[in-house]
Amino acid sequence: MLVEGIKSRPVYKGLVLQPYARRHLFVLEGEGANALLDQADQLDETILSRSEVLYVARGSQGQGHDEALRRLGADMFFTAPTIATLLFRLKVSLSNAHMGTRLYIAGTEGFIGQAMTVALDLGMADAAILTEHRGSLARRVQCVHCKGMTEDVTQSPFACSHCGLPLLVRDHYSRRLGAFQGVNIDAEEPGSAPEPEELFL
Amino acid sequence: MSLAFKQETFRDDFTYRNSPENIRRFPFPFDRDEYMYSVNMEPHVKGRAGTVYENLIDVDEHYVSEMRDRALVLKEDPLRYQALPHMMSAQWDTLELLMEQQAAGYPEHFTLIRNGDQWRWINRPLGIDDTFTFGDAATLPYEPLEYISRQTQGDICIVDQRDGNLWMDAGMVTTQADWSLDFDIGMNFMEWHGPVPLAHQIGVFERALKFLLNLQLGKPVRRFNWTMTINPRLDTSPENYPKWGPDRTTVTPENVGEKVHLRVELQTLWRLPRSNAILFVIRCYLMNMEELVSVPKWARRFPRVLKTLPPELVDYKGLTRYRQTTIDWLSTHDDGAPTSPGFWPD
Repeated sequence: MLVEGIKSRPVYKGLVLQPYARRHLFVLEGEGANALLDQADQLDETILSRSEVLYVARGSQGQGHDEALRRLGADMFFTAPTIATLLFRLKVSLSNAHMGTRLYIAGTEGFIGQAMTVALDLGMADAAILTEHRGSLARRVQCVHCKGMTEDVTQSPFACSHCGLPLLVRDHYSRRLGAFQGVNIDAEEPGSAPEPEELFL
Repeated sequence: MSLAFKQETFRDDFTYRNSPENIRRFPFPFDRDEYMYSVNMEPHVKGRAGTVYENLIDVDEHYVSEMRDRALVLKEDPLRYQALPHMMSAQWDTLELLMEQQAAGYPEHFTLIRNGDQWRWINRPLGIDDTFTFGDAATLPYEPLEYISRQTQGDICIVDQRDGNLWMDAGMVTTQADWSLDFDIGMNFMEWHGPVPLAHQIGVFERALKFLLNLQLGKPVRRFNWTMTINPRLDTSPENYPKWGPDRTTVTPENVGEKVHLRVELQTLWRLPRSNAILFVIRCYLMNMEELVSVPKWARRFPRVLKTLPPELVDYKGLTRYRQTTIDWLSTHDDGAPTSPGFWPD
């Protein structure tokens, strides 16, 4: 479970199948595959014939899910080598999508944020997007100073992977950026940063 | 009365100071000897001459230097100005309102001449005389919001209203108390206030949102917010925290009076006519402790406010390192006499 009570963080309500959608677009990362596989018994012929599944494995996690997903027999299935490739494909799929398309996103929070950003930029309504958090609690963090993004942050503070400043991970989330905010923790007294703690495993 | 604009800096050598007249009109935000969050909104109507309510958009002796500081900030970080594409109608609403108010309040400094959609805007303090077509952004050197907010004191945000919520969808933010427009743009009211402590639990934001959703055209409202800043620095952005954060360790009993500043935000909210958005002006006023204690009532009241501040607010406002030093210094100016109710000097 993710920490609750962060006002700016979206609530990920789960991939509830929308049986009357004209098209189902599943965008899954790593353990996010299970969000769909766990409800395989509800996928009838009609739904499968209208479904497109895009999947990216995530490091060592999620290996083997590509075969299980392929066996579902969706109308279209694509395994992307990287998240960037998957997002590029998602952009094309959504550009050609019609009214009545439902987008289902599952995976780590950073991945959900990035896929959401693509969809919202293309004008997709919030209500047409369903999300489910699966896998690591790692955060995607934007450094408020250099604006660089660091993926898979599990500790706070951590060193910005771009400018190197030790950053406190604030409980403040931007949907537009799909990221939490990182703020220099020892700005007032450089060198005084506390030891990192594993907070988001 | 014509204003004498000061040449001063809000960085490096920090030459910003208030004249004695400007201290008298400072919007001291405490009407009693203690402070807690509340939905402290009231109608934004004109007040007495010699106060910041003399005009609804206040222009003061710092105007020219503040506009120069804003230009410097934008040169380093243009992301301080951003507007989402659907906000263009609200941008024009804002340009109109700010031109009208400044021209009405200070005719010797600003003039707006309208001939159908052909407008001429004269800003004498900044040496601007532009003719443009209202509604055609290509006839201005910047987008309408950026254009007019480079000529208006205070941070200028425009909040869109839809789905029963308010959305931070455009803004010029260079004089902020530690929040990032670049991070918060596109957020709704609850989201952008997410990091504020205590206020959520006591329902302040729910009540404030409900109130603002019903804001009426022609009936702007105002409220105060406040914090403290070391050195008269307008740009206390999170982006530049590594630059101004170390200032907080430099306060000593000897320099409190000059270095420690009360930072007051006079926030005004205006319903906009075409877009139905809300213009949110966050005007920052700075006054150092030396200047503050020149008004005996404020010298008594402010240390009492600081002493009784809840610890969460001390932390959130970033006062921890220098609050006690400041209280000690201020207390030498507090003779313990009772203070009169209300904000104004006696």
